[in-house]
Order: sequence, then structure tokens, then C-alpha cells
Amino acid sequence: MGLDFTVVPAHIDIILLGCLWTIAIAVAAAVLSFFGGIVFAVIALYGPWIIRLPFRLLEWVFMGTPLLLQLFLIYFGLVQIGIDLPAFVAGIIGLGLHFAVYNSELIQTAILSVDKGQMEAARTVGLSRGQALRKVVIPQAVRDVIPPIGNNMIALLKDSALVSVIGVSELTLSAQRAIGATYRPFEFYLVAAAFYYVINLGMEWVQRRIERRISISR
Amino acid sequence: MTDQSHFVEIRHAQKSYGTLEVLKDISLNVERGQIVAIIGPSGSGKSTLLRAINDLDSLTGGEVWLDGVQVNKDLPHRQYEKHINAMRQDIGMVFQHFNLFPHLTARENVVMAPKMLKGLSKEAADKLAEEQLEKVGMLDRIDYYPSRLSGGQKQRVAIARALAMKPKLMLFDEATSALDPELVDEVNMVMKKLAEEHMTMIIVTHEMDFAASVCDRVLFMDQGVVVEEGPPEIVFRKPTKDRTREFLRKHLAGVA
Repeated sequence: MGLDFTVVPAHIDIILLGCLWTIAIAVAAAVLSFFGGIVFAVIALYGPWIIRLPFRLLEWVFMGTPLLLQLFLIYFGLVQIGIDLPAFVAGIIGLGLHFAVYNSELIQTAILSVDKGQMEAARTVGLSRGQALRKVVIPQAVRDVIPPIGNNMIALLKDSALVSVIGVSELTLSAQRAIGATYRPFEFYLVAAAFYYVINLGMEWVQRRIERRISISR
Repeated sequence: MTDQSHFVEIRHAQKSYGTLEVLKDISLNVERGQIVAIIGPSGSGKSTLLRAINDLDSLTGGEVWLDGVQVNKDLPHRQYEKHINAMRQDIGMVFQHFNLFPHLTARENVVMAPKMLKGLSKEAADKLAEEQLEKVGMLDRIDYYPSRLSGGQKQRVAIARALAMKPKLMLFDEATSALDPELVDEVNMVMKKLAEEHMTMIIVTHEMDFAASVCDRVLFMDQGVVVEEGPPEIVFRKPTKDRTREFLRKHLAGVA
């Protein structure tokens, strides 16, 4: 029995719905990981030690353990202490925080490489350190770090397939459901792969647009 | 000793990094509307002295006063931050490397701080930006990003940015040192204009001609001390100290 893609159209609705979930989760987690990354970076560089220390621990957990385990902890673990999150919310938080830690590393380096004169100039017109960071240093750091963050976001999109294991009907799980109904794994996994690729192209397009907008001001 | 009679008063400024003494008991008074140039070889402490005035570099001893208020007051951290941020609004500073904000246009560079700190409306901010950029002859580049400006143009925008806070005092830290020779004049012209408007200015510079033509007083510093101080016609023409003579001879020879 060769490949037979004629079975696909009958189940395309479930695949498309899965695509929407994947996009929704990836976009929400990407936004969380971006702003979370900025907050984490500022805490890591400038926070008082009493916040910085527990934060380091959290960072170590997110970088040093499998994302799959983190998703289990957030979805199944937190229930035990009374925090019962819907699966897609747990997925967004898990993915978002996991990649926020990676983005934070990039943003920290970028903040440190912004010319010292920028902070000085901002302080001499009377801005506080916080205001100077927010208005002068961080916008420049973020600008420098858009391309590598874009790479992280592509990894995030691919890793979003993991939230299928906590029961979110995103693209991968939708493909599995279609396979359950048709016994056509090759076809549906290939279709899912194609959709991931298309979503990825979309993300790259967005990233290029952001980069181009930024480059106008260089 | 707390009564304050001069507009800017530096009392026994002392600064050391470990055992290295960069400023050794320097005192300096500047009156309202006066222009003082600080000259000297690199490493003489002249930039450090200038940067101590707005506490970009903190003194390890001594006091800085501006218009009756001590700049480097001894306050608990939080209160001090509030105090110094307010003081710095009155002290404009221009840097050797301009330090314009590259992600903002000339207009935004000028009005960012006034908008944030003085809560200007959009109309008031636009008016302020136009006013200040006109003053430095940059009105036609108001919506340009710094990357599209020449060094001299950048420095003029940087001066407009400092002026937009309506400072009482302007500090210039080698404002023309990083410029190509043909761009120096346009910046000097702006500084001269400020002098005509009686802005109080303290200028660290390598440009003896400029210092001689606009300044009321010249300080020659070497190794953390003021070696010689006086009106430019004396310090430049008839210096009394050997070290001043030697510096001027080398410097003028190097320039010529």
C-alpha cells in the first residue's frame, strides 16, 4: 500500500483546527517568553539578591530539565497544590517560561553590550536608572537580539508539539486523532509536518518585517 | 562653611581609585554666566573633575554646590537617587562621543526627558524640539535618526538634548575631540552662541584657540591638581608655571 493522500481532505477540518491551536499557543507563549525574557534579564542583572537567588534556582530548573517534565509539573503537579490550570494555559506557561529563560540569557548579554555612554547620557538628563533602562538601554538591547530570539521562537514553535501530551488538541495531537480514524500515519504526519513548515515560514516573515522596521532607525 | 556665595562651587574635591589619586584637593568657583575651560594632558583628572560635578563619577571627598544646593549630598541611597536625578535636570552635559540615543530621531532625543520628567503635552514637546533644534541649526533634520547624521550634526543634536531640560549649567566633556577637523567649527559656533546667551559653562577641551576666544577663565590641570588658573590671555600668553609652559609648547607644536 503506497501513499494515499485522498484520505486527507475528509479530515482536513481537524488538522486545520489543530493548526489554529498550535498558532495560538505558539504566539501566546512567544509573547510571554519575550516579555518574560526582558523581565528575567533585568532581575538577573539588577535585582536585589533576595529576588535574584530564588530566581537563579528557577532559571536552573527551566534550563536544566526537560521541557516535557516541566509541562507535566505545571499541568499535573500544580493541581496537587490547588492550582488547576486548563491544559492549553499550562502549555502556554510552560513553553513561555522555558523560552523566557533562554531569551533572558540573550537579552542579558545584549544589555551589557549597550554602550555605557547611553546610560550615562540618559542619567545626565535626569532619568532614574529604571527609566533609563526602560527607555534607552532595553530598547537597544532588544533590537540587537531580535534575530537570535527569532531562532528561539522557531524552536518554540516546534517544541509546542510537546503540549499534545497534556491533551491540547494542537497540530500533532490532531494528526494523531486523524490517524486513529484512518490508520494512515505516514500521510497525516507528513501533512502535519507541512503545516509546521508553513507556520514557520509565517513566523520568519514576521521576524523579517520586524528586523526591517528596526533597521530603518540604524 | 555652609553659606554659599558662588554659583558653582567645588570644595576640596578629592577622588581616588584605591591608592591612585586622580583628584587631589581641588577647589573651583564659577559665577553665573561665566565660562571656564579646563585644559591639561590626558590623565590629568580634568574629565573626572567635570564628571564629578553631576556625580557621574562620585568624589571620595569634598563637596559640589550648584546655586545654593549641594549636589553630592550625604543622603540614604533612595533619597539620594531622587535628589541627584532632580539636580541633574539642572546640569546639561555633552559628551565626546555624543551618546545620542540611536533608536530615537533627533526630535525624540531632544524631548524624551522633558516629556517623561516634566509631563509635556505633545504640542509642547513638538514646540520644544523645534525651538531647541533650531537653536543648533538642526531643524531641517528633526526627524532623522542619528545614524544619518554627521558627527558635527550629532553633537549639535546632543547639545539641543541637553538644553531642552533648561539647565542652569552646561558641562562639555571634549565635545569636539571626536570630530573630523572640518566639523569642529559648527559645534564651536553653537557653543559660542550659548556663551553670548550667558549660559554658565564648564568646558574640558583640547582646543586652545576656542578656549582663548570664549572663556573667562582657564584652568590648567596636571596629575590631579590645578597647576595654574587665570584669564586666558595670562594662562596662554604668559603662563607662570613651567608645567603649563611645557604643556602649551608641546600642544601647540602638535597642533601646528
